Formats: sequence, structure tokens, C-alpha cells
Amino acid sequence: MKIKILAAGLVAALAAAGPRTALAAGNEIVIGDIDDLSGTYADAQGAGGVEAIKMAIADFGGTVLGKKITFLVADHQNKPDVGASKFREWSDQNGLNMLIGGSNTGVTIAMAKVAAAKKVPLFSIGAGGASLTNEDCTAYTVHYVYDTTALANGTASTIVKSGAKTWFYLTADYAFGTQLQNAASKVVEANGGKNLGAVRAPLASADFSSFLLQAQGSGAAVLGLANAGADFSNSLKAANEFGITKTMKPAALLAFISDIHRLGLQTAQGLYLTTGWYWDLNDDTRAFAKRFFDKMKAEPTMDHAGAYSATMTYLKAVKAVGSADSDKVMAELKKTKINDMFAKGGYVRADGVMVHTMYVMQVKSPQESKYPWDYYKIMKQMSGEEAFGPITGACALAPK
Amino acid sequence: MTHVLGIPVAVILGQLVLGLVNGAFYAMLSLGLAVIFGLMGVVNFAHGAFYTLGAFAALLGLQWFGINYWAALVLAPLAVGILGIGCERLFLRHVYKLEPLYGLLLTFGLALVVEGTLREFFGSSGRSYPVPAALQGVMNLGFMILPIYRAWVILASLFICAGTWYLIERTRLGATLRAATENAPLLQAFGVNVPLLVAMTYGGGVALAALAGVLAAPVIVVTPYMGNSLVTVVFAVVVIGGMGSIFGSVVSGLTLGIIEGFTKVIYPEASNIVVFVIMALVLILRPAGLFGKE
Repeated sequence: MKIKILAAGLVAALAAAGPRTALAAGNEIVIGDIDDLSGTYADAQGAGGVEAIKMAIADFGGTVLGKKITFLVADHQNKPDVGASKFREWSDQNGLNMLIGGSNTGVTIAMAKVAAAKKVPLFSIGAGGASLTNEDCTAYTVHYVYDTTALANGTASTIVKSGAKTWFYLTADYAFGTQLQNAASKVVEANGGKNLGAVRAPLASADFSSFLLQAQGSGAAVLGLANAGADFSNSLKAANEFGITKTMKPAALLAFISDIHRLGLQTAQGLYLTTGWYWDLNDDTRAFAKRFFDKMKAEPTMDHAGAYSATMTYLKAVKAVGSADSDKVMAELKKTKINDMFAKGGYVRADGVMVHTMYVMQVKSPQESKYPWDYYKIMKQMSGEEAFGPITGACALAPK
Repeated sequence: MTHVLGIPVAVILGQLVLGLVNGAFYAMLSLGLAVIFGLMGVVNFAHGAFYTLGAFAALLGLQWFGINYWAALVLAPLAVGILGIGCERLFLRHVYKLEPLYGLLLTFGLALVVEGTLREFFGSSGRSYPVPAALQGVMNLGFMILPIYRAWVILASLFICAGTWYLIERTRLGATLRAATENAPLLQAFGVNVPLLVAMTYGGGVALAALAGVLAAPVIVVTPYMGNSLVTVVFAVVVIGGMGSIFGSVVSGLTLGIIEGFTKVIYPEASNIVVFVIMALVLILRPAGLFGKE
């Protein structure tokens, strides 16, 4: 009896799995996007990133080398195993040629291992951890938009130089948070500041109040928010609610324009933040932003612009070498300058960092903001070399 | 500033107040669980899901129909309570005759269905519910700034717990309910509709969970998972208080919230497990729970 039931279950499971997707027979170029489409980070890249990649494919003409460009999307739900197994599945069954990686450093580290094993180029967009081009680097990873080193060199350096010397961190308790906190701590110390401690909050905590009270108890001058997405906006909101921002200066170690929009200028005004791109920089950025806004009803974040640019850059490289062979494409990527609405004179370094200009911004006050989404004023423009720093030597591909 | 054990007193007091707020939620949720277990013998694993539904009912009521917070405090528990009665009549009543394990599995399945459905329609990113205008603002307690809404949560939960205790221990309806648990066939012989009574009990218990959900909506981020993360702790609270003991669940809910807050000051990494450590100790030393009778 039991065996019968087991057998019936097995048959049902097999039927549900359905026919396998046929292997791409080399007549299409397959681009994938694995991202947090529904969670804490969904606004930074998410559905907007999917749209940006679609725009890039359409702008490229929908084909490359006479082959149709196919686009696959999946939600990794902030789970490394889900992201890595989807990547592996697409690579084995759908003939994936390139993957755009979404937010979450933990997931992207897992996916980078697949990129190396399957030799599929991985453009990491939304993930911030600098380990992706250091300890966790691969020959197929391109870290395209920003990393924790650049964020710390921008925001932490600006704030500590302004005289706020003692820091306490509220850190997202996984790879990204720790890396961001460490990068900021180094910058703070190098500039004569002091790190008083940190409290780690689980990703997507429902209530940050008790963590924040701990931060306040430290007596530090700066509250370093080493988190991102909804965690960032929720913790800053709670810091305001509990009057903590009256005694501590909040430092947004990573903030997207979507976060500022959600918080509103009344709450976010005066914050310093570092970004790889802003929609209102020049005519090129505004032109892209207008097209994006028409579809998504929101101005693009740096991740959205980066996802568009990365897709274009990859397709141009495929066209230039006349093949989707991963090694040939990677070689082309590492010798060609990137010039588009996202980056001017950007280049992919041996360790995989896409070196390009970064901006330290300050959030405007409601009075300073003249039109919708007029949120930032540029405090400092950092050259790519200044922002991303020298090659550390932690990546075997790029000795110091 | 004065210090105790090298920790500023203000920090300790602040965490204790926040612990009391968390404890208020533990108390309200474990209360409903205790009522359901005490009167029906069902280990209601779907309790967290009904709490989530309460918060979503308030949120969607506001977004779709403009129902304000105060109306939601009544309407959301009512709607969820009716849903609970439906679940009891459709599914739960079939498992009373079986081992308690079956009720546990059934309600666990229900919880998964609710969570999955909400995630399908609303995504897993949280939404926030605005604090009602009358409860906005803060009060300065000297050692901390406390948002007025959190103070309201503590007061409201104490009131709700006291009301439920009174209803069950001091009214005729409560006496009938307790009689039903002692000897249902006899009570039925007296002409009382016991199945209806049981259904109403389940509805009332989950309505309490929904009410806690509405109270929680402005404090935390409303997500399909909000109940899931809480319900495990609440079960521990019920075990510590003594399964089925109403007084025990309220007292242990508030106390454990405070202990948890205190742990966050002394050794934050342990704050997630301190409740379970206490549960283990209680199970070893006093298996029936601190306030349990058997």
C-alpha cells in the first residue's frame, strides 16, 4: 500500500516537472537576470532592472550576430541556494550566455562560483560587497555599478573629514553589511576617527528600535547605517521616530534614490550618500531617465542605469569579437573603454571592477528641491581610481 | 550618567520599555493560543497567520476602502474571526477525535497556505501602515524618547488581556465554555449547542490574534512573514506559562518580553534564544509550565 502511494506521488511529481526546455541550439543569445524581485531590495533594481535590460535589448535591435536575444528572469528571494541553482539550471538547460546579477552580496558570491564553474560572464549590478573582486573574484565577474570600497571612500570619508569622528554602526547581518562596515571603519580610522562598535540586525528586521537604542547608548557622533534598501529606510525612519537623529548624525553608507523617495525629503534631507549615477546629471542621463520613467513611473536608480549599460556593453563586446565565447568576450571587455550615459571612460580592471566616476551627494531640503525627484546636490565628484582604490592583491587574477 | 554593570541606566531602561512593547504582543498572541488550547485542545499553528491577516486586513481596508485605524481595530478582528469560524467548521472539527498531532499539522498547513497566498498577491517586500493621527508624536521619558503609539500598544494589550480573562473566568459565558472543556456531552445534554460554542471559541481566539496584528501594523513592517517569525516565540511563551493557562500566558508574555529586552543590553546575540533557553529550563523543572495545573 505504502509503496503504491509512493509510486503515485513520484509519477505526479514527474508529470508536474513537465518537459525539459530544449537546449538553445546556438541560434540565440541568452541573457538572464536573477535578482530580489519581491523583497527588501526589490526597489533598488528588481522590476525596474528587468525593464532596463529589456530596453537595452530592444535598443540593440533584439538580435546580435544575426541571433535572436532571449531574456530570462528569476527571483532569488535573497537565498543564495536559489540564485545559484537557477543560474546553474539556465546554464545547463537554456544555454545561458550572460547573467545580470541583482542585489544581495551573499547570493552574488554564490552565483560567482557558478559563473566560474560554467564559464558564464556575470555582471554584478545591485550587490555591493567588494569581496566579489577580491577574495571571491573570478575570471568571469564584472562588478559594474559600485562596491563597498567606493561607498566608504565617498560617504564615510566626507563625513569623518567634516569633523564627526566617533562612529557606531547598525549593520545588516550578512556578507554585504559586514563588508560595508569594515570598509567604512578603515576609512574612519585612516582619517583620525574612532569606531565605537556595531550592532548587527538580521536582514529584513521588522523593528529596528532596540538596535537603535543600543547605538544611541554608545554615545557616538555618527550612526553608520551599513544596510540597504528597505532596511535602510526602515531603520532611518525608526531613528527619527525615537529622536535618535537629534543626538547622532546618520550616515547612509548605501542609499538609492528609491529609498530617498520612500523616506521623503523631510526625513532624508541633509544625508550624505555615494552613488555611481544620478538621473539628473546631464542630458544623456535625463534622456534615459525620461524613457525609464514613462514605463516604471519612477526615476531610475544607479542599478537601473547600470543594468541597461551592462547589457549594452556585453552585447557590444559580443558584436566586436563576432562570437559569444565567454573568454573572448571577457578579453574584449577588459580592453575596451565604456562610454555611454552611465559611464564616461569607464574600464573593467583585471580584478573585475568596472572603474568609473562616483559622486558624493547630499540630499536636498524640501525648499531646495525645485521639481519632482530633484533630490541630490553633488558635493564631490570622485575619479574612478579615487573611488575604487588600488588593486588590493586579494584577487589571484590581479596581483598587486 | 549612572551605570549598572558598565551599562548606562538609560539604555537598560530603554530596552526594558521596548521589551514591554514586544511582551504586549507576546501576551496578546499567547492569550489567544491559550484560550484555543485550553478550551479545544488544539495546538493552533495557524495563529501567526491570523495575526498577519489582521495586519493585512487593516492595511488593505485603509488602501482600498479608506477604513481608518479605529474602525479597523473592530472590523479586522471581526472579519478574521469569521474566517476562523469558517476554518473550524470546514476543517478543524474533523480532527478533534484524532491525536493532537493532526490538529497541529492541519493548522500548520493552513498557515502555509495563508502565507503563500499573501506573498503571491502582495510580494514579500513589506508595506508600512501609518500611525493614526491621534497617536502620533513622542513623549520624553527622560531616559528615552518613546513614540506615543508604543505606549498605546502596552495599554491596549493590558486592557485586552484583562478583558479576556474576565470574560472567561468571571462571566456566565465563560463558565459555560469551561464546562464544555470539562464535560462536553453532559453540557450538550443540558441543551447547550457545544459545536457552536467551540466554533465561536476558535473564532474569538483568532480574532484576538488579528487584533494584535492591527495593533502591530503601525509599529512594524507588514509582510506575509510577520506572523511566522513571531509564532515560534509565542509557542514558547505558552509552554512556559503553562498550556491553556490564560493568566500564565499573559504574565509570561510580558515577563519574557522584558527579559528579552534585558538580554539585548547584556548580550545581544543571545536575545533570539533566551526565550527558548527559559522554555527548556521550565520543561525540565516544571513540565506543566509555571502556571499550569497538571
